[in-house]
Amino acid sequence: MDFIEKFSGVFLIAGLFLFFMAFIGLAVVPVWMVDKVEPRQEIATSVPKLYLDTYSDVETYKAALRKGRDIYIAEACWHCHSQYVRPTANEELRYGPVSMPGEYQNELNLPQLFGTRRVGPDLSRAAYKKSNDWHYAHLYNPTSVVPQSVMPSYPWYFEVKDGVPQPKEEAKALVAYLQWLGSSVVEKSESFASYIDNPLPPKE
Amino acid sequence: MTQAEHKKEELIDYKLISWHFYAGIFYIFVSILAGLSYSLQFLQKYPFPGVEFLSPGRIRLVHTNGVAFGWLINGLVAILYYIIPKLTGHSVLSRKLSYLVFCVYNVLVVGCVIGYLAGKGQAIEWGETPAFLDPFIALGVVLLVINLLTPIFKIRAQKMYVSLWYAAAALIWTPLVYVMGNFLPQYIYPGTSGATITSMYIHDLVGLSVTPLGIAATYYLLPVVMKRPLYSHALSIIGFWGLAFFYPLNSAHHYLFSPIPMWTQYASIGVHVVVYTVVFNIFATIATDWKQLPDNIPLRWIFFGTLAYLITCIQCAVQVTLSAQSIIHFTDWVVGHSHFVLFGTFSFWVTAWVYYILPRIWGVPLYSLSLARWHFWLSALGISIMQIDLLAAGVMQGMMWKNLVPFIDSVAASAPFWWTRTFSGIMILTGECLFLVNLYSTWQDSKRVSSGVLQSQTV
Repeated sequence: MDFIEKFSGVFLIAGLFLFFMAFIGLAVVPVWMVDKVEPRQEIATSVPKLYLDTYSDVETYKAALRKGRDIYIAEACWHCHSQYVRPTANEELRYGPVSMPGEYQNELNLPQLFGTRRVGPDLSRAAYKKSNDWHYAHLYNPTSVVPQSVMPSYPWYFEVKDGVPQPKEEAKALVAYLQWLGSSVVEKSESFASYIDNPLPPKE
Repeated sequence: MTQAEHKKEELIDYKLISWHFYAGIFYIFVSILAGLSYSLQFLQKYPFPGVEFLSPGRIRLVHTNGVAFGWLINGLVAILYYIIPKLTGHSVLSRKLSYLVFCVYNVLVVGCVIGYLAGKGQAIEWGETPAFLDPFIALGVVLLVINLLTPIFKIRAQKMYVSLWYAAAALIWTPLVYVMGNFLPQYIYPGTSGATITSMYIHDLVGLSVTPLGIAATYYLLPVVMKRPLYSHALSIIGFWGLAFFYPLNSAHHYLFSPIPMWTQYASIGVHVVVYTVVFNIFATIATDWKQLPDNIPLRWIFFGTLAYLITCIQCAVQVTLSAQSIIHFTDWVVGHSHFVLFGTFSFWVTAWVYYILPRIWGVPLYSLSLARWHFWLSALGISIMQIDLLAAGVMQGMMWKNLVPFIDSVAASAPFWWTRTFSGIMILTGECLFLVNLYSTWQDSKRVSSGVLQSQTV
């Protein structure tokens, strides 16, 4: 039993063998399973109705989604907003249908954006809950639409023309991405607008 | 000092060790300032609103990564440069390589901070280092590992002291974990399959890198500062092999109830009991002469760090159950827990080392015991208040969400907890300021006395 106090035991068995056993069991096998059961999906096959006026064809729409996702990562939105609905704690009542593995098998989830904290609400069912204009106003100054919000403002994605802030390309792309989150699910089920965490009416 | 001891001293590069500690102390200061300003965002009082490069989301990255990679890794690597030559009797592979790794590593840390502020962070928790810097970081880690493993490899036929088990294992785990977590989910596996790997990464970085290095440091320092042997060798063996066996199997608990395969989530409810052997071993050693606690400054930092470790381990065992996760996941509970782990436990253990080694390197006693006591109590009370406050906030938030209260009401109800968090943060920052003053004054003292090891290479 001397090996458990020597380099051989510590380095080879604890360091390499036990680590790779766990890696195979808890990473390689589940990854292989998910990839087998849920094939990778296209992020969009056509331009949604909401964006027919904005994006002429599906490729420009997809480019906007990618750009929006990159901004979502750059501003570390995923630190305060999660992207999955759990089958517990009444989340299917608050947000929408429980998340399924296949929803996330696409290029916009490379890397995945599940998140581990909800300072703000979950966003995996954000599609069409609020209008584009609500999102622009909210990104420009969150407290203007939700007075108690602790979300930071993102004015650098807007330019002020004649005293009125207008969204730049980046803001449009980010909102296109937010309106895409869960859109594949909303088409199949009813509108998410009936769920509980609906926009609060702005306080007078 | 015998001749053999003298020879061992020559194996140690004190200048390098002090450089690593200076860098680490600089980063913890930056990190705490970043964390404090980030906490003001929750009070709607952020000091730099609307400034793109100081956006709270980006500042948060500086806070978390500064603590983990700037402060803890610099400190733990400095400790390795001390204990590995001491325990093996061999020097590291190359001193030039040590300085090269020091420079490259700290340039990379600064590069990461600039990257975060420019909006180039990567969406991998605890691996937010910009994707284009990841290959260089991986290379730097491999060089560091080769440099530090060489002396351990040279004594492979002999039995090793417990610190070296943890150090050797952590040195092989760290590069594996880093490469696994930063490249596979970024480039190869999307969404659900990527999340199984990311959750393993988040867990392993703490469990297989910071934890074993912290335990290695403490198992070395405790007998040295107490001048007493470690309580039990058998407990050390159980603790080490328990960690090596169970920790990697515990990895899915960051995404319980998520779409990743359910059986990996059950597997995360492993046994945490084995880590209590470490806690028992340290406390039993202290108990053999507990009257040293009031006056032995490094010992009190070890003591509180171990107490915090015990509390976090009890929390871990509760948290990884599905029923607890249902309420506390996504809430401030998790934030409180991680603060207690990284500050309450590991920062305290590394700070014990700073108090032990820097005055020895400079060749003078610590400037002020009273400042050191203030630093200790402000840190210990600050982190305890923050922990209790955030745990309570977490339970409240989880209950409000489950009871379908409008989301924004849970935010409004959290305000008193977030105020308390900011005040506890100010306590911690004050403690760190006293720490700096104390170290600076000690260093000033050393310039008048020229008997430090840097001059004579003896302790």
